[in-house]
Amino acid sequence: MRFSEEFEARFSEMLTHYPTKRSALVPTLLYAQDEVGSLSDEVIAELARRMDLTELEVRNVISYYSMLTTKPRGKYNVQVCTNIACMLRGGEELLEHCEKKLGIGHKGTTPDGLFSLEEVECIGACSWAPAAQVNYDFHENLTNAKMDQVLDEYGNKLNH
Amino acid sequence: MASLVSHPDEVRVISKRFGQGATNIDRYLELDGYKAVQKALAMQPDAIINEVKNSGLRGRGGAGFSTGMKWSFVPKQSAKPKYVLCNGDESEPGTCKDRLIFEHDPHAVIEGVMIAALAVGAHTGYIYVRGEYRYLLVIMQKALKDAYAKGILGKNIFGSGYDLDIYWHGGAGAYEVGEESALMESLEGKRGIPRIRPPFPAIVGLWGGPTVINNVETLAAVPHIIMGGADWYSKLGTPKNGGTRLFCLAGNLNKPGVYELPMGYNLKKMIYEVGGGIPNGRSLKAVVPGGSSTPVLLPEEIDVAMDFDSVAKTGSMLGSGGVVVLDDTACIVKFALRTMKFYRHESCGWCIPCREGTDWLEKTLIRFHSGGGVKKDIDNMYYLSENMLGKTFCPLGDAAAMPTMAFVKKFRKEFEDHLDGRPCPFEKEGAPQQHAVMAH
Repeated sequence: MRFSEEFEARFSEMLTHYPTKRSALVPTLLYAQDEVGSLSDEVIAELARRMDLTELEVRNVISYYSMLTTKPRGKYNVQVCTNIACMLRGGEELLEHCEKKLGIGHKGTTPDGLFSLEEVECIGACSWAPAAQVNYDFHENLTNAKMDQVLDEYGNKLNH
Repeated sequence: MASLVSHPDEVRVISKRFGQGATNIDRYLELDGYKAVQKALAMQPDAIINEVKNSGLRGRGGAGFSTGMKWSFVPKQSAKPKYVLCNGDESEPGTCKDRLIFEHDPHAVIEGVMIAALAVGAHTGYIYVRGEYRYLLVIMQKALKDAYAKGILGKNIFGSGYDLDIYWHGGAGAYEVGEESALMESLEGKRGIPRIRPPFPAIVGLWGGPTVINNVETLAAVPHIIMGGADWYSKLGTPKNGGTRLFCLAGNLNKPGVYELPMGYNLKKMIYEVGGGIPNGRSLKAVVPGGSSTPVLLPEEIDVAMDFDSVAKTGSMLGSGGVVVLDDTACIVKFALRTMKFYRHESCGWCIPCREGTDWLEKTLIRFHSGGGVKKDIDNMYYLSENMLGKTFCPLGDAAAMPTMAFVKKFRKEFEDHLDGRPCPFEKEGAPQQHAVMAH
């Protein structure tokens, strides 16, 4: 199991930040997932070994956090917020629009593996609602037309 | 990147450096950065605590507890190391203020943590940034690195002989981790299950050591208090509610945005003048004054000073500063349902009243909103919520129950209008239906 040099440097540094190894677990899981695409059995085994935990202990932590996943997602994970502030400004309609455009539902992935869709809870963009995140990028004050543009841009990225 | 707004009534303390390029450490220093920590280094720890106490600064995460008082609970002598933990797991629906502080003034957060550490005698601090805020974690990582490179953090800070380390930490998506004991569990690499209190974190916190936990905005206010003085800061607000606050105006408003206003600013004015009023000629139906956990206010209740004590008198709470405005096209039953869907999704399941209560309430509200409600559901929802109050390790159960009780109590007629199989009176044709259950 190999991670990038950047990952390894960050991981070694993080271990010096805490009195216990496992304290680095939550951020490390997310960084590992970003590199591998999901928290595969292999990743879990490797991180458990490094942190002196059982695989079960690692899985137990993974299942608590909504951003962590053991199943691969599309290259671009489209996360549409429908919580109260977004709902009042069309968040649900936006989600429905994305479902139609991508042809997938909540937690679905397009057959080409390019997009996943997720209805998410508040992402902290309430004053700029409705909002969505594609991977870690925020897109705010969205309309259906703006969302189309955003999705097209991500779709085109791959062709270059 | 979130866009900035402005209004003439704003009093810029926390947001003074927004849009000024202060993520750059040299620019931050130019704008009087890291002067407060040097001033604090010359003060006795008790003098720092007293200054913060006298400033009337109260927890901006939502609970509104006196910050200086919180610091004073940390024992002077401790066999175990002491810690300062900055809570940047902002996720209360309606709230998006810490995001701006991290984005525009990360060094102010670091400086606030430093001063808190000096006040309680801690040599280690952590800044926890929610997982979704990756770009802000990157900003914070660089800010910390730059502070170390300049010798502002590390050994012997400013030649004082005091060693101080501050580290970043990233979350991975969990509302409940914004609760202080769950936050510590998360930082220790575990599920964010809350701890029973007492003992409080000030006595037994991170890895068993005394720990001060403060919100990002609270800590970002501290350097300004040290520089400007308790007297100046307290006078910006109302009695016992010192300073200013970042209010996140959201929902059906012409000019939503994050505005820094004095504590005690009138809510009605905030909605109609600062927020530009209700769009499309609609009228005001209700306001959630401080994030989704706070009980809803009716239009006749909004002539209120937005400080902790005045809002408490209305039976609601100032909360986290997230003001969500509903116009008269909004369906309260649907709004209550979406609120409950959130709490059901975020409940960790540790405490039965919260785990079962949020699930039952969500199911009842889904059925009710789709026309399958019966009259006794209305009282049952209130009764169920009432029985969740105060019966859980962390306040998530209360946070779900309190708004539900207010929705039922204040909008009973609207609940009744959904009875007898009638379609929701507010549903627009072809509107998407609420998904029955969102997968965990």
